Amino acid sequence: MKKFDKDRLILGLAGPVLALVVALALTTVVLLASGRNPFEPYRIMFDSASYVDVQVLIINQAGTYYLAALAVAVGFRMNLFNIGVDGQYRLAAMMAALVGASVTLPGPLHIALIVIVAMLVGAFWAGIAGFLKTTRGVSEVVSTIMLNSIATALVAWLILPKNFGEQPAGSNNLTTGEIAESGWFPGLPMGDGGEIYGFTFVAAGCGLLYWFGLNRTRFGFDLRATGASESAAQASGVDAKKMILTSMLISGAVAGLAGLPTLLGDTHTYSLDFPTGIGFTGITIALLGRNNPLGIAFSALLIAFLDKSSASLDQFGYEKEIATIMQGLIVISVVVSYELVRRYGVRRQQQKVGEELAAGHAIKTEKEAAL
Amino acid sequence: MELHGITKRFPGVVANHDIDITIGKGTVHALVGENGAGKSTLMKILYGMQKPDEGTIAINGEQVSFSNPGDAIERGIGMVHQHFMLADNFTVLENVVLGGEKLYGIGAGARRKIKEISDAYGLGIRPDALVEDLGVADRQRVEILKVLYRGARILILDEPTAVLVPQEVDALFANLRELKAEGLTVIFISHKLGEVLSVADDITVIRRGTTVGTADPATTTTKQLAELMVGSELPSPETRESTVTDVPMLRVRDLALTVTDPDGTVRDVLAGVGFTIHKGEVLGIAGVEGNGQTELIETLIGMRDPDGGVITLDTDDISHAPTRKRREAGIGYIPEDRHRHGVLLDAPLWENRILGHVTEKPNSRGWLLDNKAARTDTERIVREYDVRTPGIEVTAASLSGGNQQKLIVGREMSHAPKLLIAAHPTRGVDVGAQAQIWDQIREARREGLAVLLISADLDELIGLSDTLRVMYRGRLVADADPATITPEELGSAMTGAATGHLEGSEDEAR
Repeated sequence: MKKFDKDRLILGLAGPVLALVVALALTTVVLLASGRNPFEPYRIMFDSASYVDVQVLIINQAGTYYLAALAVAVGFRMNLFNIGVDGQYRLAAMMAALVGASVTLPGPLHIALIVIVAMLVGAFWAGIAGFLKTTRGVSEVVSTIMLNSIATALVAWLILPKNFGEQPAGSNNLTTGEIAESGWFPGLPMGDGGEIYGFTFVAAGCGLLYWFGLNRTRFGFDLRATGASESAAQASGVDAKKMILTSMLISGAVAGLAGLPTLLGDTHTYSLDFPTGIGFTGITIALLGRNNPLGIAFSALLIAFLDKSSASLDQFGYEKEIATIMQGLIVISVVVSYELVRRYGVRRQQQKVGEELAAGHAIKTEKEAAL
Repeated sequence: MELHGITKRFPGVVANHDIDITIGKGTVHALVGENGAGKSTLMKILYGMQKPDEGTIAINGEQVSFSNPGDAIERGIGMVHQHFMLADNFTVLENVVLGGEKLYGIGAGARRKIKEISDAYGLGIRPDALVEDLGVADRQRVEILKVLYRGARILILDEPTAVLVPQEVDALFANLRELKAEGLTVIFISHKLGEVLSVADDITVIRRGTTVGTADPATTTTKQLAELMVGSELPSPETRESTVTDVPMLRVRDLALTVTDPDGTVRDVLAGVGFTIHKGEVLGIAGVEGNGQTELIETLIGMRDPDGGVITLDTDDISHAPTRKRREAGIGYIPEDRHRHGVLLDAPLWENRILGHVTEKPNSRGWLLDNKAARTDTERIVREYDVRTPGIEVTAASLSGGNQQKLIVGREMSHAPKLLIAAHPTRGVDVGAQAQIWDQIREARREGLAVLLISADLDELIGLSDTLRVMYRGRLVADADPATITPEELGSAMTGAATGHLEGSEDEAR
């Protein structure tokens, strides 16, 4: 039966490849239509990505994206659309920074505390949406979008100097105070290129855990079954409500981790200029990566590449928004091409099964053996 | 109407080959064959939904070629699908004119025409009734009228009796005879042979994609017809010897369930339901669909929480236990709607083997899945339960309905259930697989399995059950002895006409 596996792999790759090719073609059309050289920007982007420091930037950014996308993917795998990853991520990063800055503990414990706080806060914020869905039937799409807004307001309020924030002398910025050095996550030095955040490796570990949890545990099976068919899962004995709540909590906890590569490896404080929108990029990446941990890793790298290498476009007279346009086009092409490939795959397999049965390649059953 | 040498190939598969049928004007012509024999492909060709690769279709001696259903309708061919295509919240009139507004308008003209057709063929249609208030038989008549309204002279009916009780079937046949008398031609697809013999003028049998013979209903018996259809001897659902013990396995007392409609009214869907199934006993529940059987099953498996009453499995009270606990406690479940409740269509067969038994061996050890053991065991099920598939990595969606069902039966039987809830276990399954599923149920019953059987196939119900109950409007209104009851008697009880203990016609019942 290896043949079907190979087929599935090819079909699995066909979706993203088709999407990227279409997105690239469309971007080229956009460039042409606006009277630019259609190929030059790509060359500039690739050139810039050949420098080690840009590569480090890309990898660091990808780590953050990876966690955000995993958080989204956990929801997707059971048909939950957690749009609130962004709010969960920001609130969790802020609370974790606050707690981290207010204590001093021996190294590993300090880091562990920050990580746990981030996960709990993220889980709590997503849990609200899960709770509303299971008890009141509120769509998680609506509630998480609203929770994003509430998170924005809540963070802005908490970070005021009269509450928990600090205003560094001579700056307009507000921060949560610096985390002591015991709470810094050691990075991997890359010479002149800076260093890769240590938490990036934790992110990779989360990917492994995600794969193992989904494919090798009973819980993962229940989760996937619920995503594939809620009614069948329910008949098989899955408690749908419990499952919704649990997966929202997990999704939120992972979302909480998304801020930590930056917090633990670079800024060591949460300030007003902490990156936002990570959760939304995570949705794009999870889609492009088909909720597959490896696929998400490649997509995270791709999107991070577009982000970081496009910075150099400005120097050559191109707008770096070209990369943003491209990201948007990728999302559209992904949705269309995946559906096309999926339909093709279903038809193809039905035909193949028909063919093989007609050709007498069925597994020999006892009834036939008896004849 | 003449079909000659029709062949339809799908890549790698020949669905129809060398089909030759001649259908006389003003006759009821039955097409019979197992599921997967190629009847539906042939119908799609006739109705213009698919184009044949070879062969010709002639109507009244004139050669025709359809590229879409519109062409077929223009030629006077109409199709009544097995699944009704009606808008529930529309009236009959609105449903009939929908899509055919240009024919007679949407007002008085349409109403007059509907009346006219309804009277001409004795359909008894009320144009202003809401479709959602109509029963199954009435809806079917609306479908027939819809087709006639569009000027059809040749009607194709796909398994029209599958959803009807015997009395309704008789009424339908009376309608068909009216149509015939008016010179219309009816093509009747079925695998219920008794009905075919009673209504058809000519019969064509299809096996493995080709016409294998014709039969004259006047001189053919169901047995001969069935053998022509399967190409071998006919299985029967009859249970030979009783294996009923006096050890109760499932006891249900005063079970009640209410649902709240969207408009806030509370309805009883189950009330005062009580029965006991002993080890080795098959309890059959008869009833027209929609009288609470689905809700009863879903309450027993734990997908709905009862509002009152006690369910005892063996010695444990499981009235409010979660579904998983019940499954682990030994309830096997063959669901009514296998696509919604029985399989994950996009998942491979071996994952479908895990579904519903994820906490049990060989599927898992502790918290971890044992994918390897599950795969090995899936291969065993495929072998032992005759699931026709090239392998266990293909998705459930790529198997035929009958093979999906065999996989489900195999899976449920593999966990040595104490109680099997079997809802329409052989619906949509071909004759060969049907016999096999019956055998498996019988065999397990001999080993002490208690079975709750719900089926719309009254022969199956009577043949397989040790005890029969009739469900009507959420209550068990009558009981009967399967040894003496006839499908007709059971059918009249299903419409609520008879209650209490039904005496068999031979008066052998207690």
